[in-house]
Amino acid sequence: MGRLVLHRLAATVPVLLLVTAGVFALLHLTPGDPIDTMMAESADPAVKAHLRRELGLDRPIPVQYLQWMARVVRGDLGRSIRNGEPVIENVSRRLRPSLQLALLAMTVSLLVAFPLGIVSAVRRNTAADRAGTTFALFGICMPNFLLALLLIFVFGVTLRWLPISGYVDPLEEGWDGLRSLVLPACTLGLALAAVITRTLRSSLLEALGEDYVRTARAKGVSEWGVIGGHVLKNAMIPVVTVLGLQLGTLIGGAVITEYVFALPGVGRLVVDAVFARDYPLVQGVILLIAVGFIACNLVVDLLYGWLDPRIRIR
Amino acid sequence: MDGSTRASASAEPGWRALRRAARARLAPFGALVLLAAVVMALGAPVLSPHDPLKQNLDNTLARPGRTHLLGTDNVGRDVLSRVIWGTRVSLLAGIVSVALAAAAGSVLGLVAGYAGGRVDALVMRAMDAVLSFPPLVLALALGAVLGAGLTGVLVALGVVYTPTFARLMRGQVLSITARDYVDAARALGAPAFRIAWRHVVPNAAAPIVVQASLSVAFAILAEASLSFLGLGIQPPQASWGSMINAGRGYLQQAPWIVFGPGTALFVTVVGLNFVGDAVRDALDPRLTR
Repeated sequence: MGRLVLHRLAATVPVLLLVTAGVFALLHLTPGDPIDTMMAESADPAVKAHLRRELGLDRPIPVQYLQWMARVVRGDLGRSIRNGEPVIENVSRRLRPSLQLALLAMTVSLLVAFPLGIVSAVRRNTAADRAGTTFALFGICMPNFLLALLLIFVFGVTLRWLPISGYVDPLEEGWDGLRSLVLPACTLGLALAAVITRTLRSSLLEALGEDYVRTARAKGVSEWGVIGGHVLKNAMIPVVTVLGLQLGTLIGGAVITEYVFALPGVGRLVVDAVFARDYPLVQGVILLIAVGFIACNLVVDLLYGWLDPRIRIR
Repeated sequence: MDGSTRASASAEPGWRALRRAARARLAPFGALVLLAAVVMALGAPVLSPHDPLKQNLDNTLARPGRTHLLGTDNVGRDVLSRVIWGTRVSLLAGIVSVALAAAAGSVLGLVAGYAGGRVDALVMRAMDAVLSFPPLVLALALGAVLGAGLTGVLVALGVVYTPTFARLMRGQVLSITARDYVDAARALGAPAFRIAWRHVVPNAAAPIVVQASLSVAFAILAEASLSFLGLGIQPPQASWGSMINAGRGYLQQAPWIVFGPGTALFVTVVGLNFVGDAVRDALDPRLTR
């Protein structure tokens, strides 16, 4: 397992270098002068010159990249133009709502997907199976923002059961905090549940046809014993693969969900920074999101080794 | 056409593929939706009952009725007309961004697979780097630096989808160049470019077409998401995503502003998924086994 970890980490290094180069290049892709884009044309030339010096834009591009990288490896991702605060502080302040949303969404998705996927596979070609596959299709084709507005319309506007926007910290306000996150978590979680349901159903159907399942049944193991004890772990590898592939979609979904429900998370920070043309903040947050995404994919890769020992040996 | 000609025509790979596509259970629905979307996009000036940009402040938030089948929005514009015109933006964004990605990705994958060595390593690590960004976040960042508007969105989505095609093409190139007929062409002295053009590209085309047909639906969703966030085509021009965003403030008084374009978007994406599945079944039946 140690070798697998080292191998995966080594493979990540060149990708990380290219990611930093890509994020650095973002500022230079701006048509025209990035300083003019960030600040109003009428801004004081002295202020513009100061910002240009501070961002190092008055130096050759290779020098700028090396200086930027030297700061990045020390944990200095620059400062927001809007509030002057370091990017790291901006992000760390917004991290809690995002993590709470991700955790709750993951819980919703697993609570929905596992029963649906298992029932669909075990009761194949029945009404329950058709309901499961229809749900999966519905979830995959439904954009996050539309599902969010549908949930707001039904549970917020019509039934008035849940708040339609805003954030209350569940760690401080308990029940009220949880209520503020129910609709965002369902928006994000149901989309993920759809993909997991579909994958789990097909991988369970494949595993149910294996010889060891027939042997277990012949030994008198109950159907649910076969599923829980033998089939589920073997059917998990495609599910973990899909979870890894869906991480990007989940993060993108979180950006939209936080925007719709006015949650003060990292996703909302990206959107706000983009529209404020706060490029140092955009660069910093995008770099952190990409590094987090790479780290999550690394964990997914290592999970394979845990689920299937053959991958460790290879 | 005599019997033998008919038999030989029906045995051609193209006909077999078409028959397989038509047999897919939900393909007719998908094809119908796609046809309707194309007709709406092309015939928008004739089909739309009202001017999609014309405001009528005396008739704002009007319920769906005879004059306005899907009601009016907060400045009195006809929602149905805007949905019809929005079809153009969605289809254009879906098709053009995927075409850009398929072209760029195929060239990069072809070069990487054919050149091998350092060129291959550099191109593929660059593709891995692009894949290291969550797609919507990358599109958002690129859209931000390229500026709001349809062109920025098309380029951003093109970049986001390029690595998928590059990986696919590289895999195809590696597999095809190891076959006997490519060895034979080399032995006959065919130059690399001719081998790539005459033997590799035609044989690698089917998986690229399958991937492209499956990607269009997701590109439409991505364009709608970016327009919803305000990065796509700018008001007052209509796009489904921006219409939904504009309508969310009136969800209580006029839900039709959101659910008119929302239904069009959902049905189009479902239909395109069915078409994509049918194309996959037709061109690459191994994938469905």
